[in-house]
Parts: sequence; C-alpha cells; structure tokens
Amino acid sequence: MPSPRYAAAHNLWRLRRYVLPYYGQMAWLLGAAAASTGASILVPLVVQRVVDGPVRRGDSSGLLLLGALALLLGLLEASMIFIRRWVQSSSALGMEAAIRRDIYAHLQRLPIAFHDRWQSGQLLSRATSDLGVIRRFLSFGLIFLVINVATFITVVALLLHLYWPLGVLVAVMSVPLFFASRSFTRRYIKASRQLQDEQGDLATLIEESALGVRLIKSFGRRAYMARRFAASTKQVHDTAVGKARLLARSWAQFDLVPNATLAAVLVAGATAVATGRLSLGGLVAFISLQVMLVWPIDALGWIIANAQEAMTAADRIYEVLDTEPSIVDKPGARAIGSAGSAGQLRFEGVQFAFPGTAELVLGRIDLEIRPGETVAIVGATGCGKTTLASLVPRLYDVTAGRITLDGHDIRDIELATLRRVVAVAFEEPTLFSMSVRENLTLGRADATDEEIAEALWVAQAEFVYDLPWSIATRVGEQGLSLSGGQRQRLALARAVLGKPRVLVLDDPLSALDVHTEALVEEALARVLRGTTALLVVHRPSTVALADRVALLQDGVIAAIGTHAELLATVPAYRAVLSQEAGARA
Amino acid sequence: MSVDVDTWRGVATEEDADRTAAEASDAAAVVRLRASSRRLLGSLLRPHRRLIALMVFLLLLQNAAGMAGPYLVKLGIDRGIPPLAQAHDAGVLLAVSIAFAVAIGAEYLGKRGFLTLSGRIGQAVLLDLRRRVYDHFQRLSIGFHERYTSGRVVSRLTSDMDSIAELVDGGIDDLVLAGLSVISVAGILLWLDPPLAAVTLLSFPFLLALSRWFQRASSVAYRRTREAIALVIVHFVESLGGIRAVQAFRREPRNQEIFDAVNDNYREANLRAFRLIAIFAPGIKVIGNVTIAVVLTYGGYRVLDGHIEVGVLAAVLLYLRRFFEPMQELSQFYNALQSATAALEKLSGVLSEEPAVPEPVTTTALPAGGSQGELRFAAVSFGYRPDRPVLHTLDLHIPAGQTLAVVGATGAGKSTIAKLVARFYDPVTGAVTLDGVDLRELTDAELRRAVIMVTQENYLFSGTVAENIGFGRPDATRGEIEEAARAIGAHEFIAALPGGYDTDVHKRGGRLSAGQRQLVAFARAFLADPAVLILDEATSSLDIPSERLVQRALRTILSGASSGAPHGRTAIVIAHRLSTVEIADRVLVLEGGRTVEDGPPGQLVAAGGRYAVLHQQWRDSLS
Repeated sequence: MPSPRYAAAHNLWRLRRYVLPYYGQMAWLLGAAAASTGASILVPLVVQRVVDGPVRRGDSSGLLLLGALALLLGLLEASMIFIRRWVQSSSALGMEAAIRRDIYAHLQRLPIAFHDRWQSGQLLSRATSDLGVIRRFLSFGLIFLVINVATFITVVALLLHLYWPLGVLVAVMSVPLFFASRSFTRRYIKASRQLQDEQGDLATLIEESALGVRLIKSFGRRAYMARRFAASTKQVHDTAVGKARLLARSWAQFDLVPNATLAAVLVAGATAVATGRLSLGGLVAFISLQVMLVWPIDALGWIIANAQEAMTAADRIYEVLDTEPSIVDKPGARAIGSAGSAGQLRFEGVQFAFPGTAELVLGRIDLEIRPGETVAIVGATGCGKTTLASLVPRLYDVTAGRITLDGHDIRDIELATLRRVVAVAFEEPTLFSMSVRENLTLGRADATDEEIAEALWVAQAEFVYDLPWSIATRVGEQGLSLSGGQRQRLALARAVLGKPRVLVLDDPLSALDVHTEALVEEALARVLRGTTALLVVHRPSTVALADRVALLQDGVIAAIGTHAELLATVPAYRAVLSQEAGARA
Repeated sequence: MSVDVDTWRGVATEEDADRTAAEASDAAAVVRLRASSRRLLGSLLRPHRRLIALMVFLLLLQNAAGMAGPYLVKLGIDRGIPPLAQAHDAGVLLAVSIAFAVAIGAEYLGKRGFLTLSGRIGQAVLLDLRRRVYDHFQRLSIGFHERYTSGRVVSRLTSDMDSIAELVDGGIDDLVLAGLSVISVAGILLWLDPPLAAVTLLSFPFLLALSRWFQRASSVAYRRTREAIALVIVHFVESLGGIRAVQAFRREPRNQEIFDAVNDNYREANLRAFRLIAIFAPGIKVIGNVTIAVVLTYGGYRVLDGHIEVGVLAAVLLYLRRFFEPMQELSQFYNALQSATAALEKLSGVLSEEPAVPEPVTTTALPAGGSQGELRFAAVSFGYRPDRPVLHTLDLHIPAGQTLAVVGATGAGKSTIAKLVARFYDPVTGAVTLDGVDLRELTDAELRRAVIMVTQENYLFSGTVAENIGFGRPDATRGEIEEAARAIGAHEFIAALPGGYDTDVHKRGGRLSAGQRQLVAFARAFLADPAVLILDEATSSLDIPSERLVQRALRTILSGASSGAPHGRTAIVIAHRLSTVEIADRVLVLEGGRTVEDGPPGQLVAAGGRYAVLHQQWRDSLS
C-alpha cells in the first residue's frame, strides 16, 4: 500500500502526459529561464569590472564599452523573461484547458449512479480551483524548482571553489533546510487536502442554495441557511488560517536559514581574513555570491507549498478520472439502427439494486414487449417504475438477469446506437439554458425542421412557435420560464423526435391539464401504433394508450393483461388505478 | 471546429441577462462599479484597522532588519577585521555578530508575525465577504435568480472568491514592501548624489506610462476572464445537473463541443491577460536594466571627474536593484491583484443589486395571536414584462379558512396569483393584503410564518429524509417530524426505506421517486404549520392512492383540526387534476388574467359554464 503522500506525488507525475505536447516549449522555457538567470548573475561582474578597471585606472576609454555590455546583458535578460512568459502563458493555459476538457468528457461518460453519489460542487471545484493550482505549478513552480536547485548547486560549487572551509559552512545550511522542508511538506499536504475538500463541500452548499432558492424563500429560511453557510465557511476559514500559520512559520524559517548562514560566514570569514588565510577581496566576492542564494531559498517555501497543493489537486482530479465508467461499450459491441430493429424488448429475470446498496428495488422482472406493442407499467409510488424505465436506455445496468432488444442483450449493443433506437421522456423534464431547438434535438443535431414540427405537434407543444423568437428563444433556467406542463410537453417532443423504434415514457403527461392531455393522447396514439413502447402511468386516461398493462408490486410483475381484465380481476390494480375503488375503500 | 455560442444558447428575452444592473458596459458604469468595489474593500478592511496597523509595523520591522544586513556586513569588514588582525581584538566583530543575530531574529519574528497576521486578516475578510454575498443572493428576488441563474451564483461564490483568496494567500507583503522600498530608495538616492538620482528619476515617466497602459489593458482583460469562467461554470453545472437527459439522448458529443468552445474561450481570455503580463514584466525589466547601464556609465564618468567616490557609485547601483526588483515582484503579483480586482468588482455588482422585492422600511404587525389567513387582491395588475400584462386589475377576496381552487388554461395567470401571495413578486399596481395588511409592509419572517407554498418542483437538499422534513420547522423534534409525515401519509414509505427517516435522499432527492419527493414536500409544508397554504400543481406526480392519502390529509389540515385557528387554514389550490379541486369551497376560473367564473364547485357545475365543461372532461378521463 503506497503512502498517501506517495500516491499524491504519483498522481502529479501522471499529469506529465498533458505536458508531453509542450515538451519543445518547456525546453524553450527552461532555456530562457536559465539564460535570464545567467544574465542577471553576469551584470554584477560587469559592475566589478567597471570599478576595478576604468574607474580605478582613471581611464574613460573602456567605460562606454562596459556600459554597453551591461546594457546588452540587461536587454538579454529582459528578452529572455519575455520569451519565458510568452511561451509559458500558452503552454500552461493549453495544459489547463486540456485537463479540464478531459475531466468534463470523463464526467459525461460516468454513469448516473456516479452522479447520484457525487455532489456537483465537489466536481466543479476539481474542474476550476484545483486546475488553477496545477496550472500555477506547471507555469511557475516546476520551472523555478529546476532553476533554483540548479542555481543553488552552481553557486555552492563556486563557493567551495573560492574558499572551501566557508563553502562547506554554506553547504551545511542545506541540512536544516532539508528538515524544515520535510516537516513543512508533511503537515502542509494534509492541511491543503483538507482545505480543498472543505471548499468542495462549501461549493456544494452554495449550489444547493442557489438551486433551492425558491424553497428557501417560500419557507422564509434565509436565516437558517445563512447559519448553515456561516458554519461551513467558518470551517473553511479555520482550516485556511491554520494553513496560513503553517506557511508563516515555514517561510520565515526559509528566510532565517540563509541569513543566519550569512552571519556565520561573516564572522568565520572575518576571522579567516584576520588570520591571513583569506584575502579581503575574496571575502567580499564570497559574500556577494552567497547573497545570490537568498532568493532561491526564500522561494523554496513557496515552491514547496505550490507543489504540495498541486499534488493534492492532482490527487483529487485523478479520483474522478480513475473512476471507471461502468456503463460502456463491450469490445465487439454490435451497432444497431432504427431501420434494422424490430423493437422486441424482453426483461429476463431482471434484478436491480442501487450500486452500493443491498436492498433489491426490482426483485425479478420477466416481461416481454412485442414489436409495436405498448405496455403500461402501473404501481404504487416508489415501487420502482422509474427505475425499471431507466434500465432500458442503460442509464443503470441490471444487477442480475438481462434485458434484450431483438434477442440481443442490450449490454452487447453499442451504447450510442442503443440510445438512438430507444428514446425516453422523464416525468421531470430537464431543460437546459439554450434555444428551444437545441433543447429538442439534444443529441440529434441533424433533425430537420419538418421532424421538429411533427414532434411538436405530437406533444401539442406548438406554443413554442409563438415565443418571442420562435424556436430560437432561449428557455431553461436562464431563459424564458415555462410552466410545468409546457416543459413536460417539450420533453415529450424531444422523445418522439425522429420516430425512435422504442419509446420509454415515464409518466409524461402528469403536469398537463385534462384538455391538453386528451389532445396529446390522440396524437401520441398514432405514433405508438408502430412503436414499441414502455409507459409508466399513474392515470386511467393514459392507460388507454396501452395494449397491455403490467402491475408492478414489491419488485415483481404481479399481474399483466388488458386494462379491463385487470380492473375486473385484480383488486390491487383497482386500488392503484381506480378513483371509485379508492373512494369506496 | 467552432461553435456559434449565440445560436446554441438561443435568444434571451432580456439583454444583459447575465449581468447585475451595476455591470452595464458604458464607461460611467465602469467608473461607478470601480468606486463601489473600492468602498466594499474599505468596509471589509475597516474592522481590522488595529491589526493592520500592527501588521504594517511588523513589515517595517522586517524591512529595517533586512536592510541592516548588508550594512552590518560592511561594518564587519571595514571595522571588525582591522582590530582583529592587528590587535587580536574581537570585540567589534563580536558586537557586529550580536547585532547581526538580533537583526536576523527581528526579521524572522517580523516575517512570521506578518504572515500569520496577514493570513488571519485575509481569511477573516474572505469569511465576511462570503457571508455578505451569500446573504445578499438569498435576499435578491426570484426574478433576479431566474435571469442570473444558479451557475452564475455558484461562480461568484466559488471561482471569484478563489481569486481573492489567492491574493490574500501571498503577495500583500510584496505590494506594501514594493511601495515602501521605492519611496525610501528614491529618498536615499537623492541624498547620496542628486545628479545620479536625477538620471534614475528619468525612468519614472516610462514606468508610469507602462504601468498605466498595463493597468487599463489588463483590467479589461481580467474582467473578460471572470465572465468567461462563469460561462464555463454555468455549462458545467447545468449539463451535469441534467446528466440523465444528456446520456439518454446522446447529447455528450454536442455538449463536449460546446464545453470545448467555452473552455477555449476562457483559455483565450486568460491568454490575453497572461500575454499582457508577458509584455509588462520584461518591460519593467528593460527600463530597470537600461537605467542601471546608464547610471553605471554616467556614474563612472562622475567618479573619473572626481564628483563622487567609488563607494557612492557602488551604493547607488545596489540600491537601484532594490528599486526595480520589488517592481518585478509586483508584476508577478499583479496577476493575482488584477483578477482579484475584477472578481471584487463582480461581487460589488452583486452586492449593489437592489432586491426587487425589498424588506419593508416601516413594518405593520399582524394582529396579535398570529395570522387569521384572510387574503385580498385589491385591483392587482401584474406582468413579468411591461409589454405583457398577466393579471388585469384583479379583485379577489379570500375569507379566512376558505379553500379556493384556481383553474384555467396555461398562461391564464394561476401561478402568478400564487407567486404574488408568496411575495416572490410585488404587484405592478394595486395591493395584496393579508389580514388587511399590505404584504409589502410585513416583515419577511412574519409573512413566511403565515404563508407557505408547495410547488411541483419539490426541491430536496442532500441530507436525510428527516432533515428535509425538518426544513419546515428547524427546531422540530423527531417526534414532530414523524407526526407530520404520518398526517400526510408519508410515514409508511419512509419507514420502509433502508435507513428510515435517516436515509440519505442523495443529491436533489434522487434516491426517492417523484411521488415520494412530493410527499416529503407536503410533510415539510405541514410541519411549518402556516395560516395560508398555497399548492401550485403540488399533486401532479402523485399516483391515485397517494393522491387520495394527501387528499384526506388535506381535508384534516385545512379544516383547522390541526391548527389553532377556529376556522381552519386558508388555502389556494392550483391544479389541473380536478380531484384536488374537489375539496375546495370555491372555484375561480381564470382566462387571460381575468376572472370568468367564481363560485362553489357544485354551483358552477350546475350552471353549465366553463368549469362544467372542464369537469365533464375530467370525469371522462377517469373511466
């Protein structure tokens, strides 16, 4: 079992594949950074020359030349910085965008069960805050880690070369630095992971309060929510303050070590000069070189912190990316098309429990829907009707048993083609903040205007043509608000668009008024004539659309037959579907 | 591959729907916004005045101690070595090393104290800001939220806060130190050699011009990045929120295309901002290095001419480094500063948004003993947009305890009546009164205690079933929660859940069926025990047995058997299922925002009007 720290470092290392396309640029970057550092080291040497040369000799001839050299080095340094920053902006942002893209793509592939479990705030904070941390590491932390370590080694080597006893003294300072950075690393990684997780929880609370704002308002729970939010932000605040305290201590330590070394070098060096073992010029040179070490060491604290945060961020990102999508194409999955599919749907011994739970929602379902037939599923609230409907387009996979389409297990069918042949409408219609047209076509971008018009007619949703910009009008959360019935009709139109072979409709008319419902049923009846359909219904009126009705009770199909048969022979069916029976009961 | 973002999003009914009112794009608004964000910053920092003063002191200490180092080195070499070499007198060196130790200690303490304090203050400011913005969002009207969208609210409270946190985490000391050294170094230079200082000061106009250009260009660029990231977040949150529909309809490729477009748009916006720094930072470096080269050459001549000594030249050159280097650091830090400034502007825009449904300035209290539940619409006109009126001078009196059903076609204004009573909106003209008091004069707390609305939305928070019911009355005991569930007929299904009342309902109640969520929502409203209950299509996803249960429960709830009031609760029921309407004392038929029929249901059926037709259609649908 690798330690969490190792795992975090490993996950950061795995991100290297995003750096790969930028290897050339990274080389440029490093080269430019090294060149600008080199140029800045050389400028003091030129100054030395000016003082030791023309000024001391009282000769102005070389002065202009040296001045020009200083100018040249200065311009070189600036241009190298320019190159580094220019290149790094495009590479770092490119990597960030690529990782974000992959996270989003992966999230779209992960099954509904994953999204049921994960709060979207946690996902969002991974795709924004965590990525920002990684971008900063890739653009600054990594480069300066390399440059500063190189500077440190070069300068220490030079110092050892200048006067080895003092050089050793300077080299020894890396020992306390090592210990300081080790303890810092250990605590900081814990604090930063904790903070990132708490920020994710905070984001979740923020998102929930934004989505539930109507509820909060209508119950007047502003103060209550404010208290909850306050507690959650206080948590983030406390962790962040603890982290800041840790940073303050460590950064001050990283500042202390080179300064203390400087003092030690001064005392030891002065003694060496006094005893004649070192020249005065040598000491001055030594000290001015040693001063060059202050910034790289100072920056080390920042770089370590940045690297740690990048590690935990990478960890959090790989938590998502490493989750295997469980509902995917099998190798050699067969492609099917609406034309080639007869639309025969069979449930064979289907059992289902939500992932991670033992309790079976569906105990054993055996059901056949013949090509072109419409079967309605009827049952009490919470008996698993919606779950059953979700299994057909593989939003969840069965726990045991199998569902076949034209005799083939749906798990052997290419997912994209399965979902093209099977269309669903949920009871709770989801509309996105985009045009009516986009909302209708969703994955079927090639739908023609005629097809759209026909689907809108079937769902009696032609009201959209009267919207201010017709079907180009933005609807959804950010657009024109539509009533529940209007939304439901749009969701129905979405399902029937393009005449799918198999239709799964989950109580699609519940929010319609009686008059509209009658009109939709009339139009829908025509569509259903040639379509295999599974209908989840609550109302006797909708049952009329079905050829057969299945009663779902305690996770099994308790009875199946025509509406009239069941009404006559099955008391449980009467209880669920008949107003009169209930009134008598 | 490019996606035309505008076609995809569709045409919005309002321009600038994405922004707060303060964020209009004209120049005057930008200036106003900047001023208001400055005021916001001031009000955030004011409570920490004393600590900030201490922080500045620690910074000065750290700075002074840091500046002492090189001077002590000079002292050690010039004054310490000669006595040691000549007289074996280590006294001076010892004194210097002690002074050095003190300076180092002071610098360490100064730095550590400063960083601790700045972290503490910064986090306290963030805490304050988060709470203020959160509270303000909750205060803003439903109308605002409908156009601003939840994704943008999330973006303001997460990503924008992150940019401010980043500034707080590191960089404030650079900002102050840079200002400090620029001023002190300029002073020292003037003291050392005015002509050389004059040459140095020649660089000032260039520095100023460069900074001004950068500040202008980058504030535009960073404002763009804040807007671009908000688009990314909106798409991310919305499409993953509707992941069922996305997967069922194979929307993934198109979503990916759109995400790539907004993601790329954000990258471009960021790239522009980063490239500005890529010009600005080396630009400062060029000015600095040119100045150094010029000072070196000119100073060399001045030394040769005997105007100054070598030591002065060396000192000037050293100080020049101290002059330009912090500015370099500043440009690093400018990144964080600009994006935090842009974020702060966005946030101050939010904070200056006036609630369209404001809390009353002068309040009128309801009669003692709580609300009776008597409602009146007095000549109420209302429209969501001025050009499209929804209600036309509606007059309606609902006596306390009456159950009123409102029926009518889509768009007739049924839900609008509900929203006006719940005060999600205020009428354009006329007034809605509760027990004779205009809703606009009631405190939010009093109104919400009296009026509760249940809609078909049934939003559930993640958490347990009990917590969600308890939202109706946060101080309710477990016994009261279960009682409420029993009264509604939800107890059986809750008890049958694997964890009973402690079952986690998952994100947005995904663990429960739509009907079960509706029952929980009913129990929640019942627990809140309001004088006026509004049901807006609240039973649409219930099956017949559940609806029967709720029906029966409603009779008890509304009859007053459960409430303290002698005449029961007032209820407004909006439903297309007339089964729910059957419990009503009175039916109101709306058409185009006007009342066309009004009376007891039996009477209306007998009269053979519109309601009679609806009723017949409903009877037919049951067979």
